[in-house]
Amino acid sequence: MEKQTPSTMDIVNRGLARRYRKEKQFKLLGLSAIIASLMFLVFLFGSIVANGWTAFRQGAIYLDITFDEQALQVENLRNANYGKLIKTSMAELFPDVSGRSQTRRLNKLVSSGAAFELQDMVLSDPGLIGTTKLVRLPVDDEVDMLLKGHISRDVPESERRISDEQIAWVDQLVEAGRLQLEFNTTFFTAGDSREPELSGIKGAIMGSMFTLLVTLALSFPIGVAAAVYLEEFAPSNKWTDFIEVNINNLAAVPSIVFGLLGLAVFLNFFGLPRSAPLVGGLVLTLMTLPTIIIASRASLKSVPPSIREAALGVGASKMQAITHHVLPLAMPGMMTGTIIGMAQALGETAPLLMIGMVAFIVDVPGSFTDPSTVLPVQIYLWADSPERAFVERTSAAIMVLLTFLICMNGVAVFLRKKFERRW
Amino acid sequence: MSPNLLVIFTLILSSLAYGVGKKKAFALVRKDESVRLHSRPGYYGLLTALWCGIPALLIFGVWQFVADTVLTNMVMGAIVGHGAPVDTAQVNLLVNDLRNLVAGNYFSADVDPQLQVAADRYIAMERVGTIALGIVMFACAMIGCLFVYSRIKPAMRARNQVEGIVKIFLIFCSAIAILTTVGIVLSVLFESYRFFQQVPVTDFLFGLKWSPQMAIRADQAGSSGSFGAIPVLAGTFMISGIAMAVAVPIGLMAAIYLSEYAGNRFRAIVKPLLEILAGVPTVVYGFFAALVVAPFIRNAGLTFGLSVSSESALAAGIVMGVMIIPFVSSLSDDVINAVPQSLRDGSYGLGATKSETITNVILPAALPGIVGSILLAVSRAIGETMIVVMAAGLSANLTANPLQAVTTVTVQIVTLLVGDQEFDSPKTLAAFALGLLLFVITLILNVIALYVVRKYREEYE
Repeated sequence: MEKQTPSTMDIVNRGLARRYRKEKQFKLLGLSAIIASLMFLVFLFGSIVANGWTAFRQGAIYLDITFDEQALQVENLRNANYGKLIKTSMAELFPDVSGRSQTRRLNKLVSSGAAFELQDMVLSDPGLIGTTKLVRLPVDDEVDMLLKGHISRDVPESERRISDEQIAWVDQLVEAGRLQLEFNTTFFTAGDSREPELSGIKGAIMGSMFTLLVTLALSFPIGVAAAVYLEEFAPSNKWTDFIEVNINNLAAVPSIVFGLLGLAVFLNFFGLPRSAPLVGGLVLTLMTLPTIIIASRASLKSVPPSIREAALGVGASKMQAITHHVLPLAMPGMMTGTIIGMAQALGETAPLLMIGMVAFIVDVPGSFTDPSTVLPVQIYLWADSPERAFVERTSAAIMVLLTFLICMNGVAVFLRKKFERRW
Repeated sequence: MSPNLLVIFTLILSSLAYGVGKKKAFALVRKDESVRLHSRPGYYGLLTALWCGIPALLIFGVWQFVADTVLTNMVMGAIVGHGAPVDTAQVNLLVNDLRNLVAGNYFSADVDPQLQVAADRYIAMERVGTIALGIVMFACAMIGCLFVYSRIKPAMRARNQVEGIVKIFLIFCSAIAILTTVGIVLSVLFESYRFFQQVPVTDFLFGLKWSPQMAIRADQAGSSGSFGAIPVLAGTFMISGIAMAVAVPIGLMAAIYLSEYAGNRFRAIVKPLLEILAGVPTVVYGFFAALVVAPFIRNAGLTFGLSVSSESALAAGIVMGVMIIPFVSSLSDDVINAVPQSLRDGSYGLGATKSETITNVILPAALPGIVGSILLAVSRAIGETMIVVMAAGLSANLTANPLQAVTTVTVQIVTLLVGDQEFDSPKTLAAFALGLLLFVITLILNVIALYVVRKYREEYE
């Protein structure tokens, strides 16, 4: 008997089902990798928004404040006891509250910053003295959390920072229409504060703006100039190679090392002020320069040589050919690269920690040398704060930061789409 | 007179010089119709303006740079010369007091009269210096301006000279990259050198204990600072390892799918979405890791009866991995796309399926490039700061358990340097030694990676 050897085709066909199955599995694996990363993206944004959207509304209490002349001691408006006005008003609302500790718990419902708001009101309009007015004041962050449902009423009293008695008062106030959630303007108009209900991101946004202005003013011209030299003028020799290797390498140096550079050179050696947007801008300039140079060079490279040759042909010098013809054509690409570099700089935190931009700064900075902080550092600072209300504010600040970043990247994409030219 | 005013004044002078130079060039032609200027009139103006402004501004820069040191030395020389303390630390203290006095930040009533005199002298000398600076700058601007103005002739090659100056500026700008590298190297090297004078290099590189506490008193409990970098490095590599375990498979598979399977439209939508992951600031990832991922892992661990630290290496590593996914995927995508189509076609011609082609042909061909991109990703993971600062621990445990808290190089740098520092304590200087270590490690990784990627690219071009 002759044993029949299987033909090659048979072997192939026998394996086909298994191989196709493997093929399908492989493809599925690839797709699931993409889905996993996109899921994570959704999860990240989702949890930030879920945590943060409530911060855009803030509890406010409406009190009838009598600006009593005697209580204010009119001769010294700045040092007068404004807290007393609030206490009087609260006592009128809740006549049956008595005893020191109970009164103190009642008064804790109003933010400790409310007295300063009254002070500002009186100082800007002394005519208020002697009148009674319905005033809108911030509530304490615990009350705010309760109103937003972040503090559960079901947990035992000992495990929450607001007592049953206080909850009852809050409910009474809500029913009377004196306590409600309103749009949170403080968040956009105030600087940092230890009290969540008084803290805002204006200081951080101004700090970020000053820092980015310095960065932009330095990194754009320097980056473009460096790119023009390397792309158009540089002879191909060791020196040029060395510069290129340096730029590529700097693009991959950890950002915190730039912070060390800033600390050792700008602060300790040159003696520039700590925590200043000026120094922050300098450090971020060094950090974003490689990005801008690389993008600008790519953009210069995409301008066809015929443009240069035509300009040279009609008698322009090399510099004129570049400044009059090549640069304008390459500008959109350079601007796209710059915007992306700026977005990177806006989100950067680590190097700024090194040069002291982590200080707790209440005032909104007004110049390039004022101590200030920036938005990502503010997020870092708030993320470290234990109060529940700061979690919400951190997420809200992240939402603001992401909005800025999305806008900047959107502009970059728009520029690229609008001015992209295929030669 | 404020220094900024001097700059503005110089700029005004310089723009005036532009007008004057241009006018003279025009006048030359107008006088004699047959004369032809070598350059366009604007260039004569520009040259005048540059010669007027640049020397003055250079002098201004130099003065700003040295004034403080020179004046302080002069004033302090007078004090120390009076037989006062010669100890350097005390002199530094005095200098600090002097600075504060001069800046008007000194509110204490009991000011050393000698110091007060010195501060007054400093202020007086600074005023004189600024006035002198103004005069010198003005003179320089005028001389520069007149020098060019007198030489403006039709045959003067103004354009070439202006272009020469511009070119010098361009060269200077591109040299900033080198200056930055030099600055980084010098600043970390210099402070590290001071650190290694106090702590031996071998202790730092091979020590197994990291606890940078310094004694305030000699007999203080737990006072011995020990600076062994091994636990810190181990923590860094563990977190980076976890990150790479997340990022490499996902990133690579995503890149393969996008470049080999996905249609154009799918690619056009998904690629930018993936890149959003890379654009999210790291502080956001850090917050997310600390707020969501770490508690989640902790709770998951508890249900399995494992004790998980709330600052576990796992949480920080996973989130860092997600951050790096787009980095790996976009680099690998480029590399895979660079593999010539002929290799694929050859494989298909032999009857291989797509996945067989990818695993047996494309990946081996693209391997050097992929390794390069992974190395770049590792260097990024090692240098990543905010995620680990917010989600990883501070205590330097030498452990292989990813559920425990570990610390990293970057975390230690941040904790050692945030806040006020004194620059003679090993504790502060240790941060620079760690910085040097970080710089060297990432530099080596980057150089290898860039070399591999470049070499690979050349192979298929």
